[in-house]
Amino acid sequence: MSAVTGAVRVAPPGNPIIRSIRDSLVVAKRNLIRMSRIPEMVIFGVIQPVMFVVLFSYVFGGSMTVGGTTDPAVYREFLMAGIFAQTVTFATAGAGAGIADDMHKGLIDRFRSLPMARGAVLTGRTLADLVQTALTLAVLAVVALLVGWRTHTSIGEVLGAFGLLLLLGYAFTWVGALIGLSVRTPEAATSGGLIWLFPVTFISNAFVDSSRMTPWLRHVADWNPFSATVQASRELFGNPGVSQSDAWPMQHPVWASLIYSVLIIVIFRTLSVRKYRSATA
Amino acid sequence: MPGAIYAEGLVKTFGDVRALDGVDLDVPEGTVLGLLGPNGAGKTTTVRCLTTLLRPDRGKAVVAGIDVLKDPDAVRRSVGLSGQFAAVDEYLTGRENLQMVGQLYQMRAKAAKARAGELLEQFHLTEAADRPAKTYSGGMRRRLDLAAALVVSPPVMFMDEPTTGLDPRNRQELWGVIKQLVSGGTTLLLTTQYLEEADHLAHDIAVVDHGRVIARGTSDQLKARTGGERVEVVVHERERIPDAVEVLTGFGKGETTVEEHTRRLTVPVAGGAKLLAEVIRELDTRGIEIDDIGLRRPTLDDVFLSLTGHLAEVRDEAEANGIAADAKGRGRGKEGAK
Ligand SMILES: Nc1ncnc2c1ncn2[C@@H]1O[C@H](COP(=O)(O)OP(=O)(O)O)[C@@H](O)[C@H]1O
Ligand SMILES: [Mg+2]
Repeated sequence: MSAVTGAVRVAPPGNPIIRSIRDSLVVAKRNLIRMSRIPEMVIFGVIQPVMFVVLFSYVFGGSMTVGGTTDPAVYREFLMAGIFAQTVTFATAGAGAGIADDMHKGLIDRFRSLPMARGAVLTGRTLADLVQTALTLAVLAVVALLVGWRTHTSIGEVLGAFGLLLLLGYAFTWVGALIGLSVRTPEAATSGGLIWLFPVTFISNAFVDSSRMTPWLRHVADWNPFSATVQASRELFGNPGVSQSDAWPMQHPVWASLIYSVLIIVIFRTLSVRKYRSATA
Repeated sequence: MPGAIYAEGLVKTFGDVRALDGVDLDVPEGTVLGLLGPNGAGKTTTVRCLTTLLRPDRGKAVVAGIDVLKDPDAVRRSVGLSGQFAAVDEYLTGRENLQMVGQLYQMRAKAAKARAGELLEQFHLTEAADRPAKTYSGGMRRRLDLAAALVVSPPVMFMDEPTTGLDPRNRQELWGVIKQLVSGGTTLLLTTQYLEEADHLAHDIAVVDHGRVIARGTSDQLKARTGGERVEVVVHERERIPDAVEVLTGFGKGETTVEEHTRRLTVPVAGGAKLLAEVIRELDTRGIEIDDIGLRRPTLDDVFLSLTGHLAEVRDEAEANGIAADAKGRGRGKEGAK
C-alpha cells in the first residue's frame, strides 16, 4: 500500500473549527463570484423592496392609521422597519434555490466527495447571501431616506437595528437551506421559500398597527419572531408606531429578536447539516 | 490483502427498488476495472457507496486500505470522483473551479492555484481557463470535471460513465487522457454502457445487472464468450444465399448463420476492416449482389445475450420497447440457423 499512501498530497485534518471556517469562506467566495456573474439576480433583489417602499408609502399611506394619525409621513416612517425586515427574509428563497440548483447539477455530490468540513457548503452559501442582503439593505436605506424616512436615535442604536435585521435574514437563509435540500428543483425551492413568508410577514406588525387586529391574530402577530425584529428596529430607529402590547416579545423586542434568530439558526442549521450529510440528488 | 478497491456483499435499497443486491468487487492496485452494465443496473449506486456519498444497507467496502464505513473522511482524502454528470460550477471559470476544489482538499490557496494551472495545461484547457465554464462544450466540461477529480493526484479514482453523451471525437480524446492517467499507476474504477470503452480502457471487466455482478473477466474472455467480431451481409437475391454462405464460411472462423426472411448472413471473423474489404471483393468477383454489409463488434447487448440469454433490460420504457422488438428479431435469426 506504500504507493497508495505515498501519493496522497492531502494534509491530514487540522483544527476542525479552523478548517470549518476556512472551508466556509472558500464556498462563500465561490457563491459571491457566482452572484457577481449573475448581476440580474442581485438587481431584481433590490428592485423588489424598492417597489414595496414606493407602493406602500404612496398607495397605502394616508389610509393607514398609526399611533392615532393617518398622516402619510408618519406611516412612511412606521413602514420602513417592516419593509427592511421583509426584505431580509426574502434571502430565504435565494439560499434555497441556490442549494437546490447545486444538488440538481451534481455539485453537492462533488462537495460531499471532498474532505471538507461537513457544514461548510451550507454555511458558505448562507454567508454569501448575508453579504447580498447587506447590500440590498444599504440600497434600500438610501431609497428610504429619499422618500422621507428618518431615524431619531444614536448611530449605535441605528447600527444595532441593522445588525438585528441582518441576523434575522441570516437565520431565515438556514430555513431556505433546509427547503433547498428537501425539494427537487430550484424552482420549487424558490416558491417554497417564498410562499410561507407572506403569512409570516403579513400577520405581523410590519405593515399595520397590530393593536387594530382581531384578538387572536394580534396574539399571533405579537409572538411572531418576525414582529420582534420589526418592533426592535422601530424602537432603535426611534420611529413611530411601536406596539404597546404587553406580550413579552413586544416589551423586550431586542432580546426577543436576538433569541428568536439564534434559535432559528441553531435548529435549522442542525436539521440542514443532517440533511446535507445524507443528501441524494 | 484486498486490492485498492474492495467491496463485499454491498446491498442498497431505495424503497422497493433493490439497487444493489450483493455487489462484490476486488480491484488490484494500479489496475483499471470497467463496471459494465445497462441503465439502472446499479453502477452509479455502487460508485456512490464506494465514495462515501451513500451508506450501503449491508456489506463491506475498503478503498485505498481504508474502511469506507468507519472512516469516510480519510477515504475522501484518497479518492477522486468524476460523477455521471459533469459537476462543475458553470458561472466560475475553469481555473476558479479547480482552485476551489484544491482548497477544499485542504491545499493552501497558493498551492491550489499552481495545481490548477498545471491541470488546465494537462487537459488542454489553458485557452479557455479564464472563461466561465458555462461557455464550455460538453467535452471541455467533462475534461474540467476529470481535472477536478485529479487535483490531489488521488491514488484511487472513480469515473461514472465518463464519455456518455460525448461525440466520437471527444470520446477518443478523453480515452487518451484516461489512459495517460492510469499509466501513472492510479487505480481506477470506471463505469460504462459500452463494451468497446471497457475493452479499450480496462484490464478487467465486471458485468452488472440488477444490482449484481453477473460476470467478470478480461475483455478477451468476455468477447470469447460472445463470439467476437462478425461480418454481416444482406444478400440481394434469395437464390444467391448458398453462394454467399460459401464465401463467408471461407473467410470466417466459425459457422455462418442465415436469416432466410431478411436474407441476412452472419459469420464470426478475426481480421477487422481489412478482411471486410476482401469479403466485398470476393462477393463482387462472384457476381453476388448485396444490399448491405458491415463489420459488427460485440456490444453490451451481445454480452448480455450470451451471459443471460436476454438483452440488456433498460428500465426506461421507450428504450425497453425498442430493444425488446430488436431482441425478438435477432432471436428468430438464431433459431433459423440451427
Ligand atoms: N436516489 C434514488 N432513489 C430511488 N431509486 C434510486 C435512487 N438511485 C438509484 N435508484 C434506482 O436504483 C437502480 C440503480 O440505479 P443506478 O445505480 O443509478 O444505475 P446505473 O448507474 O447503472 O444506471 C435504478 O433502478 C434506479 O432507479
Ligand atoms: Mg448511472
